[in-house]
Amino acid sequence: MIDVLLITFIISLFYIAIANRMMTYLKVLAFQGFLLFVVVFLQLNEINPINLALILLETIVFKSVAVPLFMAYVLKRNAITRESEPFLPNFVSLIIITFIVVVTILLANGVKDTHLDKIFFVVALSSLFTGLYFIATRRKIITHVIGYLIIENGVFVLSLAVGNEMPMLVNLGIMLDIFASVLILGIFLNKIGDVFKDIDVDQLSSLKDR
Amino acid sequence: MIGIYLIAAFLIALILFLNRNKIIAFILLGIFLILQGTLTVHAWLNFHATELTYFTYDSLAVLLLFTLGIIAVPAFFHSHIYLEDQPAPAQSRAVYYSAIVLLVTAISAGYLSNHIAVIWIFTEITTLSASALIYHHRNKLALEGTWKYVFICAISITFVFIGILFLSLSLEHAGSDDLSFKNLLANSSHLNPFWLRLAFLFIFTGFTAKIGLVPMFTAGVDAKDKAPAPAGALLSSVLMNLGFVGIFRFYIVIANTPLHHWANLVIGISAFLSVFVATVYMIKVKNLKRMMAYSSIEHMGLVMLGVAAGGIGYYAAILHIILHSFVKSGLFFQFTQLYRVYQSKNIYEIGNYFKYNTSGAMVLLLAFISATAMPPSGLFVSEFLIFRSLFEAHQIILMVAVLLLLTMIIWAFGKNIFKILFIPPVNFDESKVPVISPWESASQFALLALAVYLGLNPPAELVNLINESVMLLPK
Repeated sequence: MIDVLLITFIISLFYIAIANRMMTYLKVLAFQGFLLFVVVFLQLNEINPINLALILLETIVFKSVAVPLFMAYVLKRNAITRESEPFLPNFVSLIIITFIVVVTILLANGVKDTHLDKIFFVVALSSLFTGLYFIATRRKIITHVIGYLIIENGVFVLSLAVGNEMPMLVNLGIMLDIFASVLILGIFLNKIGDVFKDIDVDQLSSLKDR
Repeated sequence: MIGIYLIAAFLIALILFLNRNKIIAFILLGIFLILQGTLTVHAWLNFHATELTYFTYDSLAVLLLFTLGIIAVPAFFHSHIYLEDQPAPAQSRAVYYSAIVLLVTAISAGYLSNHIAVIWIFTEITTLSASALIYHHRNKLALEGTWKYVFICAISITFVFIGILFLSLSLEHAGSDDLSFKNLLANSSHLNPFWLRLAFLFIFTGFTAKIGLVPMFTAGVDAKDKAPAPAGALLSSVLMNLGFVGIFRFYIVIANTPLHHWANLVIGISAFLSVFVATVYMIKVKNLKRMMAYSSIEHMGLVMLGVAAGGIGYYAAILHIILHSFVKSGLFFQFTQLYRVYQSKNIYEIGNYFKYNTSGAMVLLLAFISATAMPPSGLFVSEFLIFRSLFEAHQIILMVAVLLLLTMIIWAFGKNIFKILFIPPVNFDESKVPVISPWESASQFALLALAVYLGLNPPAELVNLINESVMLLPK
């Protein structure tokens, strides 16, 4: 069952590669949050119930409801256009993300480790590189944030792989999640929209060495 | 003590954040400095003690705490002058003071942590407080700098977290789940090499954002450019040391495994590229503050070259980060006075500094001599030892390449500094130049003199502490 969910997670990465609208990205993020909620429920069966409740609450409330809603609010408030405006065509994105997933599967096959379910490793690394790719090839600043959130979700999956032995690490992951998201989105809500009217990375190039 | 320190410091930061009264702010900052001094002395008296499980007063932490304590005093003093000179709204002032207290606290706690996850938490807090300092001026450029810094630091901190997860996988093979450095070291022979390799790559890459090495150095440069200079002094000295601590403590673990040579290779490549990048930018950069930031990157590259070379290089690396902290923070403090004279960072619009502020110009000249490691600078000694270690490690080609790059850096640095000191600027209106009291430069002279003294005639305690910090590394 966990395998099915995690494979769905990877499919959502493919979907995000060819999606074109900002709202679709947010829906995929919310969907990933929900997938993680179920994975946590099935995977972390050895840790104490209060901690489990906390983790479940974080995934469902924070990852799949609060952050997407908040981002939708930012989109609306700053009147950001619906298109994501990638530098590369979606078809190329799809090929590159497929390539990323294939390479991580090959890498995972080289691992001889009885302690780790390989699929966690594959999902984590693919979403890490997908997120980085996303950040590198999208023009709007807010898509960078979405790329970062994809990375966060991947890291969270990896922390679940060791979650039963070291629940502390899952808690740290949650802390990172909340802390970084609040910091990044906080700056976003407060200022970037007001100061930079049309939010493109092209505008973030005044700090340079000349 | 560390518990009292953390609670008291967070409380002071909170009150400073809410407070709008100047006198109360000074009193609180004074109390914080006393608290910081008490912690440092306490660490020195309770050498090797462990408190609250996660904090140990070991030799590296004590050394860096002393460095931090010495730099924090002039940093607060110059922050005060800075905020008086460029009046900010009461709210920005409150945020500034609160953030600087939080930054110093998080850095101190990060030095003392003996657990990789605890260092990681305090590194996160430094990102938060540093971003508040960078955003002090609340304008478009400051916002751009803050955004880049926060985003890159968030990604790097995630990288460190991934590294910690891989490390925990590696540790499971040793049948243990305690991620403290002591336990990692005890189990170093049982760690799984595959996961350890990945862990090192991710943790190293993540901490490069703080220490200022290739690949994540860019955010730090923008941050030091946009942050007020007294805060920039902390960012380019003690905060970089925190990145060094994160890498170095984990490096001690990996140096005791068969992956030692591989780790040296990774560090060496990153360090050489950092010196290279610093050279390229130093030659073309026209913004004085960014030039100083790139100079820090060059020095951190040299430090990591020393670590990669091993032998006497370990000793030299630790001596170098301490001396570099004093010199670079002195240079940044001087920048506040320079900016008051010219109201510009651009080297084209600055010049003939000896005429307008003689004592400041002396600081700039001496700091240039110190930062480029010319004798009698203390950095000369540590750089000399780093090159000796490279020579002893039979890395002659690397050594020659780095020496050539350093020559170019000295040329670029010297060209700009001497322009600032002696060549009159074009279209400069002399009538508005403020009179700057020579006393403001006193702290900078003291820092530079300290760097010379510690380099040329290191006290026995300093040598012992450094030797003890590198004791666990294989010869």
